[in-house]
Amino acid sequence: MPVLDKEYLLTAQQMAEFVSLGYLMLPEVVPSGLNQAVHHDLQSYHGAGGRFWFENPHIREVFEIPVVKGALQSLVGPEPIYDHSAVHVVGPSHSQAQSYHADSIIDTRPLGFDVQAFYFCHDTPDEMGPTLILPGSHLRRVNTASIARYKNVAGQRRLACKAGTVVLMHHGIWHCAQPNRTETMRYMFKLRLRPRVEQRNLFNGDDVDDPEVRQLIYQAYQPWQGNEARLDHMARARLWRYVVGNDAADVSFEGAFARMKI
Amino acid sequence: MQQERQQILILCLSDSDLASKTVAWSVYDGSRPPGDVQMQTGDETEPPYASVLTAMQDGWRVIQLPSLPSYARGHEHETGHLPYEYVLERMVTIDARS
Repeated sequence: MPVLDKEYLLTAQQMAEFVSLGYLMLPEVVPSGLNQAVHHDLQSYHGAGGRFWFENPHIREVFEIPVVKGALQSLVGPEPIYDHSAVHVVGPSHSQAQSYHADSIIDTRPLGFDVQAFYFCHDTPDEMGPTLILPGSHLRRVNTASIARYKNVAGQRRLACKAGTVVLMHHGIWHCAQPNRTETMRYMFKLRLRPRVEQRNLFNGDDVDDPEVRQLIYQAYQPWQGNEARLDHMARARLWRYVVGNDAADVSFEGAFARMKI
Repeated sequence: MQQERQQILILCLSDSDLASKTVAWSVYDGSRPPGDVQMQTGDETEPPYASVLTAMQDGWRVIQLPSLPSYARGHEHETGHLPYEYVLERMVTIDARS
């Protein structure tokens, strides 16, 4: 597969947002006709959710859109490895929310990460149960549902969005499905990809030295992080150093990397 | 017949001061009948109490204080669960016939 032109890759600003918050929203990047085709196919699909990716041509088209493909390439490199996919459905008038969890098992890679792309093929307003996430939680070490007793967390966000939105998430982000208070079935297609390459310098770094990019990382403190917020800052500074491919990059808290020779 | 039931309130604070800000919260209400929907993820945006101290002033009893975190050399910057998690209880009376 040819490497995409850098106009389709994520900018440093977008990367900094992903590194800081653990997700990046690409609003309405899939054209309406394709959204409708996928939505139609999902409504009439009776196979296993994990097979939809292999059996449906329209869903493959979504992930061939240059801006989607370019964003994924910026995070997990060209030709990432397919991990798994799923069709997540929340039925009409479904009043039960899912508990907070982080997917899969505790990841032992120090900095490497998988990406989970959440694709919403139809408008998913707040009352329809868009996925709930906790921004900035992706670098906390937790084990799947060990966070399930937290019911509400300051700063949590439901990913309400318009049709054609793709949300790219770090595998570690805390999230859960939400109740659907409408009379319409809610669909969300998830694709998890893992990298074949070291995730260093895969994006368009033309703006990497822009002070606004540094500020994004410095200022990404979340209301739930409390006394650990500076440690969360250190964690995202480490991840930033990794993705920019520069072990001297220092956006740590008060320059702690330099002070402590980290 | 009147019976007592336990309500549990879990408040995670921003630091180890009981008057510090609530950053996460949960309620498990034993007075609700089986099958009733309990507090769910994402159903509130504001905590029921600004701090543990505020909850105590409203009659909640603290039944568990978290141990303070320890920081092993070489792992000082690692983070995980919310460390300042307090468990509070309140007993309420229900009419068991209803």
